[in-house]
Amino acid sequence: MRLRRTMMFVPGNNPGMIKDAGIYGADCIMFDLEDSVAITEKDAARFLVYSALTTLDYSPAEIVVRINDLSSGLGVQDLEAIVRARPHVIRLPKTETAQDVIDCEKEIERIEKEAGIPVGSTGMMAAIEGAEGVLNAAEIAKSSKRLIGIALGAEDYVTDLKTTRSDGTELAFARGMIVNAARAAGIDALDTVYSDVSNEEGFLAEATIIKKMGFSGKSVINPRQIDPLHRLFKPSDKDIEKARAIMEAIRDANARGSGVASLNGKMIDKPVVTRAKYLLELAGLEEEAEEE
Amino acid sequence: MKIVKPASAGTLESSDIQIRVEPAEQPGIEVHLTSSVKQQFGKKIIQVIRDTLEEIGVTDAYVEAVDKGALDCAVRARTAAAAFRAADNTDYEWRVRS
Repeated sequence: MRLRRTMMFVPGNNPGMIKDAGIYGADCIMFDLEDSVAITEKDAARFLVYSALTTLDYSPAEIVVRINDLSSGLGVQDLEAIVRARPHVIRLPKTETAQDVIDCEKEIERIEKEAGIPVGSTGMMAAIEGAEGVLNAAEIAKSSKRLIGIALGAEDYVTDLKTTRSDGTELAFARGMIVNAARAAGIDALDTVYSDVSNEEGFLAEATIIKKMGFSGKSVINPRQIDPLHRLFKPSDKDIEKARAIMEAIRDANARGSGVASLNGKMIDKPVVTRAKYLLELAGLEEEAEEE
Repeated sequence: MKIVKPASAGTLESSDIQIRVEPAEQPGIEVHLTSSVKQQFGKKIIQVIRDTLEEIGVTDAYVEAVDKGALDCAVRARTAAAAFRAADNTDYEWRVRS
C-alpha cells in the first residue's frame, strides 16, 4: 500500500524549492504548473519541471504534477512535456465531470503511445474544486482506471458556494461526498490545504477531523506541516499490538483450517480484520498484515 | 533555430540562473557568465549552456547568464526557455527530448 498522508505543493517555477523538495519526507511531492505559476512563466515552469524530473531522484516519494485544466489551452501543452518526464501521477485541477477525466486520459494515452511509454503507466488524480464537481464525485472517482485518488480543492469550492473558509462547516458536505466517492471506487481521498502555516493547532484540529472522516491524507503547502501530519496518522502502540493480535489469531485459524477466528473469546469479523490490516500497513508493517 | 530577438528566462533568486539570449553579432555562441562560484563551476555552467543550445539547434547567439547557484537541470531549463522565447518559437519538440 502506498501511503499518501502528505502531498506537498512545490511551485513549478521555483528552482530552489524544486531542488530541496525531496528532503522533507513527504509521501507525495506535487510540482505545480497551475495556480502558483504566472501566466507569462508557464513555458519556463514546464521546462524546469521537465528538466528536474528527468534529472533528480526524489524516491521514495510519489511524484505528482498538477497541470493546467484542458479548457485553458495550457493543459495539453503541459501534458506534452510532463508525461514524457514520467511522473507517477498527473493531477487534473478543477474537475467538474467524469468527461474531464476521460478527455485528459485520451491526451495522456496519445502521448504515451507517441513516446513509447507503456500505455496506462501514468497515473491520474482529479481535484474537485466546485459545487458541480462535488455532486459528480462518485462518477469522477470511477471514470478511469488510472485514478489513484481524488482531492478536494477548497478555495475555489467555497467561492463557488458563496461562502468562505472558517471552522470546516462549509466543507462538511464536500468532504463527505469526496471521501465516500473515493472509497466506493477503491481509491484514495486527499483533503485540501490548510493555508495558515503558523497555526499548527488549527492545522492539527482540521487534520484530526479529516482523518476521522476516512481521508488518506492532506495537501500541505509548507514542509513544517509534514511531520505533525505523519505523527497524527501514525497508529498508537496499543492499536498496533491489538492489530497484531488479531492477525495472529487469523493466521492460527487458517493454520488449523478453521474458517472462524476468535480473540479473547470474541469472534473476529471480516471488517475487524480489514481494519487491522490497514492499520499495520499505515504503521509500515506490511509483512505483519499477511493472513498466511 | 534562429535567434530573432532578445529574451530572458529565470530569476536572480537563490538556486536559479537568469539567462538572456540575444541575436549574435558574429557567428557562433558567446556566453558571458556572472556567478559567485565562477572560479569553481564557471566552465561547467558555460558548457551546460552551450550543450543545451546545441541540442535545440541554436548555432549563433550571445548569452548573458547571472548564476545564483543553480543546479545543471535548472541551467538547462532556463537556457532552453530563454532560447525558445528569443527564437519566437513554441514548437518545443518534446517528442525529440524524450
